[in-house]
Amino acid sequence: MIDVDIENRLGDFRLAVAFRAEAPVVGLFGRSGSGKTSVVNAFAGVNRPQRGHIIVNGETLFDSVHGIDLPPERRRLGYVFQDDLLFPHMSVEGNLLYGFHRSSAAARFIDRDHVVDLLGLRLLLHRFPGGLSGGERQRVAIGRALLAQPRLLLMDEPLASLDVLRQNEVLRYIEQLRDDLRIPIVYVSHSVGEITRLADTVVLLADGKSIAVGEVDEVMGRMELRPHTGRYEAGAVIETTVAAHDLDDGLATLRFDGGELLVPNVEALIGERVRVRIRARDVALATERPRHSSVLNVLQGSVVSIANEDGPIVDVRVRIGSGSLVARITRRSRVDLGLAEGAQVYALLKAVSIDRRSVGYA
Amino acid sequence: MGGDEAGIILLSLKVALASVVFSLPVAIFFAYVLARAEFPGKTLLDAVVHLPLVLPPVVVGFALLLVFGKQGLLGRWLNEWFGIVFAFRWTGAALASAIMGFPLMVRAIRLSIAAIDRRLETVARTLGGSRAWVFVSITLPLAVPGIITGTLLSFARSLGEFGATITFVSNIPGETETLPLAIYTLVQTPGGDARALRLSAIAVILSIAALAVSEWLTRRAGRSAKP
Repeated sequence: MIDVDIENRLGDFRLAVAFRAEAPVVGLFGRSGSGKTSVVNAFAGVNRPQRGHIIVNGETLFDSVHGIDLPPERRRLGYVFQDDLLFPHMSVEGNLLYGFHRSSAAARFIDRDHVVDLLGLRLLLHRFPGGLSGGERQRVAIGRALLAQPRLLLMDEPLASLDVLRQNEVLRYIEQLRDDLRIPIVYVSHSVGEITRLADTVVLLADGKSIAVGEVDEVMGRMELRPHTGRYEAGAVIETTVAAHDLDDGLATLRFDGGELLVPNVEALIGERVRVRIRARDVALATERPRHSSVLNVLQGSVVSIANEDGPIVDVRVRIGSGSLVARITRRSRVDLGLAEGAQVYALLKAVSIDRRSVGYA
Repeated sequence: MGGDEAGIILLSLKVALASVVFSLPVAIFFAYVLARAEFPGKTLLDAVVHLPLVLPPVVVGFALLLVFGKQGLLGRWLNEWFGIVFAFRWTGAALASAIMGFPLMVRAIRLSIAAIDRRLETVARTLGGSRAWVFVSITLPLAVPGIITGTLLSFARSLGEFGATITFVSNIPGETETLPLAIYTLVQTPGGDARALRLSAIAVILSIAALAVSEWLTRRAGRSAKP
């Protein structure tokens, strides 16, 4: 549980950020210069807000009213920077254990060997940072932060200095530690893809202010926030379990309580949980189950709500099982089909519209 | 007339070593403060630290005489309370050398501290390191190249120190007569040229040796940082 309400003035820049979040991963999203790093630095104790409080899991790190301001070394927050910032004069092992040795034995809940294996660092232990690839360095930096036994992980654009291949590599490791170690994460990014793939709750920042807080798709899909979210592809996330792999066709069957999805590009093993992000514009609606169609995924559901009814394009939210999908269709189609709240519809989804970036581990 | 050559060389090395050993911690402190802290009067402190570099050495020696001489402000007090005497002792020569080499030492260390990414120190803090521990475990090791360079510069400066030393502690054979002072004396003496030349050659060898050692140390430090 994170409870933040801080104000700070840095020259002309005014920071006023407030949010509460229960989620395991909170995304801080905003353009560059929106104050993301200032917020993270306030968490870490690197800069001190003029007013407000920061409470993490019931522990007050900062409170201007009660004069509480823990120094960085006593906040127990693992800070992962955009640049890995490994200590160049220490081996990988030395880096990993820097914080570990400073943590009190009683507070240790993250095991050294577990982190080494989780992040695939076993073979790197005796190397020095200078000889590692960007992805390896960032993994060491994450391991180092974890082994300091933090109550919260702060990640400030941890993928920004990596190429796409390395980004995917590190992203997978972050997903694994989120699920394995159950450590809350505040994840800062200006990348919609990273935020939607990792975060459950998003805090939208603009000009130093938190202008929206909520579920990722709810916040990012809101039309009036468009100037701040940019070209966000409205959509919805469905949590599923891998039920089967068809190796001949290269398709995986993902099962959830609303039905099944056939999806390509799934690396997860049978039984593993994955979340699939489905863009609203990739979903078509029909009032009858279509036959003789190339569309593989047809899901039955009912219309929950219709947004932007007056524009030429409307967003129709369809309940399927306990989850929901959003379909972005023209107003004309809606009128032609006579869609209204409560209507029974079939959501059609082309399997090829789901790419590798849309599938992540749950 | 100067003492024997071995004695002169040993005395010079002793003076230079003592000046470097005692000024190093102080230089590291000032280098860190000048590189990292912001406070009113920083420019003034910076200027004071650099003063020996721009003042005529004789003036520094004279100032030392006024402050640390037997009747000096600090000199009398140090003598009465601790029995420490600088005037006309080899310790005085070491003090003069230390002060003359101080700006060089501070400069080199300061530059290398300023070149360290401050965020490395920030990370170390968030990992649970106190300010003092972060300084010892991160800042100091990363400043090692600058510390080596500064130490060498100050050591070499010390071996060559003349003006401040002769003004402050005079030229006493066996006590304060270091290499440069001995060479000076010999040059002033009829028939001393040959010995002066020999001592000069030794001075050159010592300087080159010091340079080689520091080069070797720097390379070793660099290797452990980036193998």
